[in-house]
Amino acid sequence: MASDSLPLPGSIALTPSQEGSKAWLETVHEWVITVDHKRLGLMYIGYALLFLVIGGTEATLMRIQLAHPQATFLSPQVFNRMFTMHGTTMIFFVAMPIVFGFGNYLVPLMIGARDMAFPRLNAFSFWMTVFGGLLLYFSFVGGDGLYGAGSAPDVGWFAYAPLTATAFSRGHSTDYWALALLVSGIGSIGAGVNFIATILSMRCQGMALGKMPLLAWMNLVMAFLVLFALGPLTAAQIMLMIDRYLGGHFFDTQAGGSAVIWMHFFWIFGHPEVYVLVIPAFAFVSEIIPVFSRKAMFGYPAMVAATVGIAFVSLSVWAHHMFTVGMPSYGNAFFVLTTMVVGIPTGIKIFNWLGTMWGGKIRFAVPMMFCIAFLFQFLIAGLTGIMLATAPFDWQLSASYFVVAHFHYVIVGGILFALFGAFYYWFPKMTGRMLDETLGKWHFWLFLIGFHLTFDFMHVPGLLGMPRRIYTYEPGRGWDIWNLICTIGVFFQIAGVLVFVFNMIRSYYRGTPAGSDPWDAWTLEWSTSSPPPAYNFAKVPVVRSRRPLWDLKHPEDPDWKYE
Amino acid sequence: MQSRGQKLESSPKRQPAWQVAAALLYAAATALAGPGNGSASPTSVFAPGSTPAHSIYDISIFVLEISAAIFVVVAGLLAYAVVKFRQRRSDDETEPSQVYGSNQIEMAWTVIPVLIVVVLFLSTAQVIHRVEDARRPPGAIDVTVVGHQFWWEYRYPQFGFTSANELHVPVSNASDAMPTFLTLLSADTDHSFWVPRLAGKTDLIPNRTNKTWVNPEQPGLYLGQCSQYCGTQHALMLLRVYVQPREEFDRWVREQQQPATLDPSVAEGRRVFETTACINCHTVRGTVADGRFGPDLTHLMSRETLASGIISNNAANLRLWIHDPDAIKPGSLMPAMNLSDPELDQVTAYLLTLH
Amino acid sequence: MGTISATIPETPWTLPSKGRVGIFSLIAAESAIFSIFVVAYIYYIGKSLTGPTPRQVLEVPIFDTICLLSSSITIHLALSALHKAKTGVFRAYWFATLALGAIFLVGTGQDWYRLIYKEGFTIHTNLAGTTYYSLVGLHASHVTIGLIGLTIVMLLALAGKVKQEHAERCELFSYYWHFVDAVWVVVFTVVYIIGR
Repeated sequence: MASDSLPLPGSIALTPSQEGSKAWLETVHEWVITVDHKRLGLMYIGYALLFLVIGGTEATLMRIQLAHPQATFLSPQVFNRMFTMHGTTMIFFVAMPIVFGFGNYLVPLMIGARDMAFPRLNAFSFWMTVFGGLLLYFSFVGGDGLYGAGSAPDVGWFAYAPLTATAFSRGHSTDYWALALLVSGIGSIGAGVNFIATILSMRCQGMALGKMPLLAWMNLVMAFLVLFALGPLTAAQIMLMIDRYLGGHFFDTQAGGSAVIWMHFFWIFGHPEVYVLVIPAFAFVSEIIPVFSRKAMFGYPAMVAATVGIAFVSLSVWAHHMFTVGMPSYGNAFFVLTTMVVGIPTGIKIFNWLGTMWGGKIRFAVPMMFCIAFLFQFLIAGLTGIMLATAPFDWQLSASYFVVAHFHYVIVGGILFALFGAFYYWFPKMTGRMLDETLGKWHFWLFLIGFHLTFDFMHVPGLLGMPRRIYTYEPGRGWDIWNLICTIGVFFQIAGVLVFVFNMIRSYYRGTPAGSDPWDAWTLEWSTSSPPPAYNFAKVPVVRSRRPLWDLKHPEDPDWKYE
Repeated sequence: MQSRGQKLESSPKRQPAWQVAAALLYAAATALAGPGNGSASPTSVFAPGSTPAHSIYDISIFVLEISAAIFVVVAGLLAYAVVKFRQRRSDDETEPSQVYGSNQIEMAWTVIPVLIVVVLFLSTAQVIHRVEDARRPPGAIDVTVVGHQFWWEYRYPQFGFTSANELHVPVSNASDAMPTFLTLLSADTDHSFWVPRLAGKTDLIPNRTNKTWVNPEQPGLYLGQCSQYCGTQHALMLLRVYVQPREEFDRWVREQQQPATLDPSVAEGRRVFETTACINCHTVRGTVADGRFGPDLTHLMSRETLASGIISNNAANLRLWIHDPDAIKPGSLMPAMNLSDPELDQVTAYLLTLH
Repeated sequence: MGTISATIPETPWTLPSKGRVGIFSLIAAESAIFSIFVVAYIYYIGKSLTGPTPRQVLEVPIFDTICLLSSSITIHLALSALHKAKTGVFRAYWFATLALGAIFLVGTGQDWYRLIYKEGFTIHTNLAGTTYYSLVGLHASHVTIGLIGLTIVMLLALAGKVKQEHAERCELFSYYWHFVDAVWVVVFTVVYIIGR
């Protein structure tokens, strides 16, 4: 660039950096315009990790405030913004993108396809999710418009009416919240459509529905739930915008509108959403446990049936979030029944994972350790779920810290642990390098200890009458010590996550080369190189069983003889 | 603040051994939790003092019992599998024998959970019916509870007066039942009425009428707080329920029915009160003040606390509260009235006469 | 590790068309959105605190409804023509579809103009207004999107770019158009039969 005609001082030093920035820009440009499912998957994951740090920081600030009674670390206004942003961020901009990211990366590889069914729709979905997150966080800058300082939404992540009405929520922070969810919801619906079309129409030869890896099955079910869950959310957000901008009365209790109907609409989305997140977690566990137990998945058809069953039932349980709104007794009883019924297919799943481990030769690599912790924690989460499904018990526990502990047990103890397992399992495929096992064990134990310190003891203040979403509490309620322990646990979790991030960065540059099949696994993604080439497979594979690589490695005793 | 007595002792009649053990564990836990003196939390759901809370307690213990059994079995199986089937150094490189599933086993672990669900559902439905569909006996007390950002309004339609933030109800025991039936309304956003020792929570939702009921067996102070996020000061919207013996309750009712005391010595304070915006929001019965947005102040000094239960009601706190509500409860909807110091003193003196 | 054993004899391997699966999935998601608006409409029937009621102001749009529903028939005829490579017939029927859809939209516009300026019935008036404009408006926005799609195909057809091999893509679009019509049947039933 710098020619002889420009002998300006410093130009020589500038030249390489200019070239560097050009190359850097080109790389960015390539990633921005990509429609490759692997790159989009990685971007989803990276985006989610970024927001995980942001949402985690918000949680930490809240835990510091709650460590002692009558603390003044955060003002009530800031605290209310923190829990709203924490919840919204973690559900919509961490959990959803990260499961979409893994699904995006893995589904085509595992069904022997070269890309998703609609690559451009895939890119569109990703970028809608990105813009949704940016809109949400722009509220910190632009939220209150005329009042100078910005302000984020403070209506809670389920934003009950009429707190979201213009009478109670002035300024624009709630508008950013609604728009962010509307925009990212459209992206999610696009992703759902894409997953369904990919899994139904892009499977390689021989991969009948009954021979798909469980991960593909579970992502298919998840995608159907996205279609039926995100629609109501989108509709509800449109109604909220109509109320706020066009003077509508959907949730205007002064004009005869109903606050309860918002709750119904939100939870018709909200409960299936839990399964949108947890079914992919089941999917990771269902891939990892067999490989590290060295056995085929026990009861594959039962697992598929249980997944479909959970999805169906999950569409009819939403009002268990509303046992305290004064539904008639038969209404409450109905939702008690449907909610408890979810326990049956969930139990079947847990037993099938146990059945897979039974009689195996379990290798305690880091992915498997996370999966075993997942099983243990998900069991407890399920049991506290049964307690909350018992409507009378829920009249005490609803909206208390017991509920907060319960759903963090599901989301952190269940989903996040499965995700960490998935990172350790598939990182070698994504980057070509192994994550360090020793650092992984540090990550595992630090996070496990932190998780149990925080969320085991969080149940107690709930039982002692502590409601959620309070920025302060008075001493003498017996809540102090439990809250302090919860806060201490957070710092162990932070340490664990720091080790994890360090491990990823270090291993990306200096990790042991992985080869194409480091775990001696059985599904198609391990048949191609790590990382896979742009078109995944030089020759599109043909399969005869659920474990094509087992057939290849054991030609004397292939699976297809038994299936 | 603490209400003592009647905690673990008031659990149901027959106590299986494990329940005693659980109670002991719980006692140990609460002892740890108490502020140094070993007293339990005044808001524990495991210390019921009223029929709805007792019914909930019983079903909770039953569900905990079943959950504990399931936990022991499944976690035991998991631990066994992890230990027994781990890869050992002595193992050769061969793969274990591949098992693809078993229909009999799948049936077994489907049927057992189904049975558990049936049992749990039937016992739950029974409790729902017993608590929610309880008939209001003729002698019951009615109170209309109106949730406001961020305080509680209590109307006693049978007695014709309104009070705020401190709910008084009579004791109700087996020989002399006098339950209190609460009608729950909201003036603005959603709230929830939760006094764990008396009953489960029920939401107060605008444009909707909800009901709940309590029949406390022992006199005393029962604490709770709003448990549905309702805005900035959701955290400091505390509930105080004073359960009084019948005669005491009747006396309190008679006092509350009186109009406000008119003490000529604080006429100046009353003039300031009645000529500023105070009366837009507050009622003092028997005077021109008839606002409805804020708490009824007719018998302000009969209450132990201010600002929805967060500070004790004395001259200094009252003065500070009038001067700058945000200093005590940031985000409270009561505005600072910008009164001069003498005016503040006069208004405080006036309010202090409202017994 | 190379590719997986290719020794299996080639057997026919057919999967559903991804376009069809995609459009039906999209329709499922759209149905979920519409269901919520329909539920809100039904829930709020008769709950307005002030007038006017739908019975006082709404007129049944019979002509518009006939136009929209017959456009389903014309788009179907257009597609069977395209499948048989009769592009001229295709263009004629496609134009008819476009025209019928446009008539519907103009009719809705006129109706709204009358309601807003003559009857003073707006989205802000009462719950009936809020739910009416939202539900009918959501449907009208889908008709608008459909008309944009129809117009694009029409322009391409006039330029001679739509041929027999594009029949499947046009058919996918027609599923969307049929869906919009089917939704109108629901909206019509809810707004003009149940809701009045």
